[in-house]
Amino acid sequence: MSQQYSGSRSEREEDLPEPAPAPAGGSAQAGTTDLDSLLDEIDSVLETNAEEFVKGFVQKGGQ
Amino acid sequence: MDRRIYGVETEFGVHYSHPGARPLTPEEVARYLFRPVVEWGRSSNVFVSNGSRLYLDVGSHPEYATAECSTLDELVAVDKAGEVMMQQLIDQATERMAADGFTGTIYLYKNNADSAGNSYGSHENYLLNRRTEFRRLSEALIPFLITRQLYAGAGKVVAPRTGDTDPGTLDRDRPDGAHFAFSQRADHVMEGISSATTRSRPIINTRDEPHADAAEYRRLHVIVGDSNMSETTQLVRFGATDLMLRMIEAGTPLGDHQLENPILAIRQVSHDLTGTAELSLRSGQRRSALQLQRHYLEQATAFVERHGAHHDRLDAVLDLWERALDAVERQDPAGIDTEIDWAIKQRFLTRYADRHGLDWDSARLAQLDLSYHDITPGRGLFTLLQSRGAAARFLDDDTVRQAVDTPRPRRAPHCGDGSSRRPASPGSPMPWTGRT
Repeated sequence: MSQQYSGSRSEREEDLPEPAPAPAGGSAQAGTTDLDSLLDEIDSVLETNAEEFVKGFVQKGGQ
Repeated sequence: MDRRIYGVETEFGVHYSHPGARPLTPEEVARYLFRPVVEWGRSSNVFVSNGSRLYLDVGSHPEYATAECSTLDELVAVDKAGEVMMQQLIDQATERMAADGFTGTIYLYKNNADSAGNSYGSHENYLLNRRTEFRRLSEALIPFLITRQLYAGAGKVVAPRTGDTDPGTLDRDRPDGAHFAFSQRADHVMEGISSATTRSRPIINTRDEPHADAAEYRRLHVIVGDSNMSETTQLVRFGATDLMLRMIEAGTPLGDHQLENPILAIRQVSHDLTGTAELSLRSGQRRSALQLQRHYLEQATAFVERHGAHHDRLDAVLDLWERALDAVERQDPAGIDTEIDWAIKQRFLTRYADRHGLDWDSARLAQLDLSYHDITPGRGLFTLLQSRGAAARFLDDDTVRQAVDTPRPRRAPHCGDGSSRRPASPGSPMPWTGRT
């Protein structure tokens, strides 16, 4: 999915295996295995210091 | 039956992260993001060639307002096309910033709140016949808008209440501890109807810009919604709201469910995942969000039986609406946890929390909540869930990319042919393609 965009990506993302194609239709049931593998891998795309990261996202209110 | 003309406006949150380095303000990052736009149009406020509008709004939020659309497929595709365009702006800004020595990471969130409690919106517009009296319309619609969070909510990890602050009347039913809630936006809504947007956010904003014969049409501006990542959640959100409006326009009696305190009620609903919290009505009666939504669904189903289906996604809308209410009633989200944002998010975060022994006050879960709304493919949690089949969709990548490239069918081009490099007039659209 990510190849459709140009430009840079952080190296962390490239550690992830290619995602499987999304199923068509509105009744997809995620394989437990897929979710398990994402639970294993998600830490590799998240910045390490969660608290600092979350606190660092501050912006003025919009509408 | 007449087609509905609708659109949605999304404000994105800007986050630049570079641990250990000098932070950049959202204003600085937003300037990098919009540099290609400003270079083309000498303005950070342009129409683009698919008929949508791209601009920097109050508080340095990149904003994308879809072209006016006439089918749900079109509306959701054009909305998702905005994420593709924002990603292209991120890619270009990342390169330019790196050249200037800023090598951190830009995150754009399609959500409704930052970590300090600031909020930004997802505004829906629906074209209505002006013959429908506004007061009757809003009285009937507001209880629906307050309770549709049960399926339209994007889900939120709510931080624990801090210090000894008095919870106040509005938050009296909100748990003190960290928890998961239906809505991102509910806690930031302060009025039922008004002309305000930033100072005191209402449920319905009285702005009325019909882009049509104003004697015939009103453009209803609903600003209470959460920004949705899921295509199927958007389908039921816009589809159910359109059905409510059709019934109101047709004069269908929906009963008087005006709430005694709409702003208290919207918080009660958001912080009660059982859907059973009793809301006080002006009539003195009490109803839960589930009871009100069951009532609207029954009325809508009967209305469709009488008048026929007016679009080909109607069965899908009614089906997901019903299954979402069933899931809340049974307290078993399994039937909707690939289709409704809050349930998709809750499923993954709960599994993650169980695996690592975390509670809702964990900063990691707050980070995952943000990540769910991170629009970058291959990094944002929702995009990862969707690519692995843990989030359903009814469109595909090609359809979304085509929605970047193509002006809306059946709508006259706004002006110009989009072929010139420079705007021929201030309103000429900026050429934009989804293929890079």
